[in-house]
Amino acid sequence: MADMFDVAMGGVLVTMFLTLVRGVLGPTAYDRLLAANVFGTVTILLIAVAGFWTGRPEWLDLAIVYALVNFAGTIAVAKYARFGGLAHDERAKDES
Amino acid sequence: MMDVPIEALLFFLLLVTALTVARLRDLYAASMMTAIFSLLSAGLFVLMDAVDVAFTEAAVGAGVATVLSLGALSLTGSREAKKRAQVFPFVVVALTGAALIYGTLDMPHYGDANAVIHSHLAPDFIEGSAELEIPNVVTTVLASYRGYDTFGESFVVFTAVLGVILMLYRSKKDAS
Repeated sequence: MADMFDVAMGGVLVTMFLTLVRGVLGPTAYDRLLAANVFGTVTILLIAVAGFWTGRPEWLDLAIVYALVNFAGTIAVAKYARFGGLAHDERAKDES
Repeated sequence: MMDVPIEALLFFLLLVTALTVARLRDLYAASMMTAIFSLLSAGLFVLMDAVDVAFTEAAVGAGVATVLSLGALSLTGSREAKKRAQVFPFVVVALTGAALIYGTLDMPHYGDANAVIHSHLAPDFIEGSAELEIPNVVTTVLASYRGYDTFGESFVVFTAVLGVILMLYRSKKDAS
């Protein structure tokens, strides 16, 4: 008998698999960037669901900190895509 | 909770990701895939109850390593130079991998309740934790059994942060 968390876990794993398919197939770097971003979100969900799935939901706060780490990574990637580098100087804005 | 080996599924996804990283020539896309690799292994660590290791993996592997590799790519270039496949490095890597796999053969199986760590070490730590009147066993191990180790670790982290600040900080006078 499958309960709610079994179904949720299955859904998260299927999403994980589909996201990875997008990352593996590509074809452009931006597909993979999107895949990595979604994968971060799915990992947060995996940790949150896994806590309830095993009956020990003490790590829910850990999932929140993962969201923060994911956010920092997304900012760096967006900055790289927009300015072509991380050490972008605000004063040299017009040249980019 | 059903008895589903989702660890096996995650290991399969890990393998697929690793092969994709090895196959990709676009390093920007490859660094995205290494971020996925880190997140997958962090998920695996959480499922194996090693939440502290999982958090380090996510913060360093998916967070800082991605940022650092993007910074490196912006300074160099994001295309891998075309080179003929070399045999000798492959042989070295294959031998090292084989040695590592050989080393795991003697280890207790995953989830083995009769492993030495469960039959001898863990009860000892739990008993010691009650004796020292610290409510959390992990805190007991980190702060008492491995107190000097943790102290050394925090000293190393402090030194590293100090070094980075000294390297990055420039006063307004020097910056001009």
